[in-house]
Amino acid sequence: MKIMVKIGIPRTLAYYTFYPLWKTFLEELGLEVVLSPPTNKKILDLGVQETVNDACVPIKLYHGHVMALKNKVDFLFIPRLVSADGKSTFCPKFLGLPDMVKFSREDLPPIINTTFRVRRFRASLFGFLYKIGTKFSAKKTTIIRGYLKAGQIHKKYHYLLSKGFFPSEALEKLHTPLKDIEFPRPGKEKITLAVVGYPYSIFDPYISGNLLQNLRKIGIGIITPENIANNSLRKMSRRLPQNFFWYYSNRAAWSALHLIEKAKNIDGIIHVTAFGCGPDAMLNKLLELEAKNHNQLPFLTVSIDEHSGEAGILTRLEAFVDMLIHKKETKGEKLSEGIPGN
Amino acid sequence: MRVTYAHMGTSTIVFQSMLEEIGHEVIAPPRPTPKTLSLGVQYAPEFACIPFKLVLGTYLETLPKGVEIIVSAGGYGPCRAGFYGELHRRILREMGYNPQFIFFFPPLKKPVDFFKKIVKLKKGGSWGGFYRSIRRGFAKLKSVDDIEIKSHEIRARELKRGDTSRAFRKGIGYLEAARSTKEIEEAHREGLKELEKVPQNLDFEPLKVGIIGEIYVQLEPAANFFLEETLGHMGVIPRRTIFLTSFTRHDVVAHGEREAKERAQPYLPLVIGGHGQNSVGDVVHFAEKGFNGVVQLAPFTCIPEIVAKSIMPHLSKVNGIPVLTFFIDEQTGQAGVETRLEAFVDLMNQQRKCNSA
Repeated sequence: MKIMVKIGIPRTLAYYTFYPLWKTFLEELGLEVVLSPPTNKKILDLGVQETVNDACVPIKLYHGHVMALKNKVDFLFIPRLVSADGKSTFCPKFLGLPDMVKFSREDLPPIINTTFRVRRFRASLFGFLYKIGTKFSAKKTTIIRGYLKAGQIHKKYHYLLSKGFFPSEALEKLHTPLKDIEFPRPGKEKITLAVVGYPYSIFDPYISGNLLQNLRKIGIGIITPENIANNSLRKMSRRLPQNFFWYYSNRAAWSALHLIEKAKNIDGIIHVTAFGCGPDAMLNKLLELEAKNHNQLPFLTVSIDEHSGEAGILTRLEAFVDMLIHKKETKGEKLSEGIPGN
Repeated sequence: MRVTYAHMGTSTIVFQSMLEEIGHEVIAPPRPTPKTLSLGVQYAPEFACIPFKLVLGTYLETLPKGVEIIVSAGGYGPCRAGFYGELHRRILREMGYNPQFIFFFPPLKKPVDFFKKIVKLKKGGSWGGFYRSIRRGFAKLKSVDDIEIKSHEIRARELKRGDTSRAFRKGIGYLEAARSTKEIEEAHREGLKELEKVPQNLDFEPLKVGIIGEIYVQLEPAANFFLEETLGHMGVIPRRTIFLTSFTRHDVVAHGEREAKERAQPYLPLVIGGHGQNSVGDVVHFAEKGFNGVVQLAPFTCIPEIVAKSIMPHLSKVNGIPVLTFFIDEQTGQAGVETRLEAFVDLMNQQRKCNSA
């Protein structure tokens, strides 16, 4: 039997947006995709050790995931993410990521660092995948088949996300037919919060101190930027006098504005940000001012770094939720019975 | 209309005369002090970089004097400095100030917008006069930069500490007062003459250090703890990579310095915003030119420079040139910077001795 070439994908950063696409395509090329394990203490420690000390914790984690993969794979898949919508770019750290990783250690396997510069997923996505395909000397027909298949999966993944699933749930349901999927029904909860931030901070249970799971446990409805359909987001792009330059920051800002102004179904905003995050210094202030200008909408910033623990974050979340409940009750609504743990 | 702008090193005097010639009343920003910084820190987001905080602090010092227009630069990323104007506006509005902001975006990206803003700023004055005042401004900027470069070379060899700085201030004073093209030329000559009068030890061979990094902390001595002067007193010739004249030529009008970009290709093949790619390319450049070391300056949380810094160890090894990085924030102290610089200078001296032996 032929030994399959192994290619490693770190389970962080753009993983939450593009993993199904990359996995499907790379497997179609006949490669074995190796995913790094879920973030744990060892990965974080390795990352902190290898990365320049001024970087933010998601970048350190990325290095940690690379370290976890390096002895298990023949190639590392670290595309240079430049743009996903043709307008905004990713954070400058994403742009330089393949180089940061490459020069961090000398014993790394070769890196696939094809530039990802795509406008709304059509021909330019094919161009990106084609370049990768030729690197592994795949046949044209294989690449085209992979492109079509990967595109479909990617579409389904984002459809599932827009229906309210979190990435981990959507990934599980990726291969179940749509009619068998039970979609989460919104509106059951008494309190709904917008949790905005970047997918790699929000959806990583280790680094976010189980934020989403803990919120769900105390009966809070959650909407994240990934759960909002792209066209609703795009409508908000004209709302700001100057948009951000960064893909994920724009998504976070637009989704917060969409929820505040259009959907009007949230009781507060939690912004999850990494310590020292450059774009978030701008985004956080903007969100804070916008929330203040809309009826003093409650706003909480949760800052995460390599030292933050689950207990600390949980205490702050509980205090925030208590305050929201109190606010609603003084308005005449009785709802403390509906919330377990109270 | 009362106009102000951000303080940025010695070039400040040029903006003042340019705006006055167009017919505005200028409220010149004072040189940033620790008080300016703490004002900025109080109202700025925690992780905004030090240029953001210093500029906000400067605005807050000048706004109570009745400023009506703030002139500033905007950008298109991916460095976040392009968004600073917009966020400054929002923060100031929140505090109850409502000045008019004129942001200049790179003229090649938005020519119409650029033109409209020029018309707004020009206030119905003649185009000829406007053009001439821009030209004079640019000539003045060049003179300021010339005098500054000269002062760096002389300071490393001066016999009596402080002589060069005094002569430099005198020269800048001449330029500040100069208005017509002729006067600027004369001030330029006189300024250089003042510097040449400084007694020097010509037998001494100073070390040469390149300074790379983010533009604001390079240009504003108040933000980099007078790095060039400190290095000069240690007997080192500092060579900055960014001067406002070259910045306008290469980055505002054209698309960045081509040579630095080419040199950076093997290490960082893509523009990552700010001066991240230049920093990488310039290290190679300084190594080729036989400099003894490189100091990288950047504000804390500066994204492009963090990327550049993570490549520095490799660059330093491959090109055989030591690199010292300072990430500056409101907690950085002068004494800490000096101690590290002293150690770095010792190291370079030692290396030079070993290499020549």
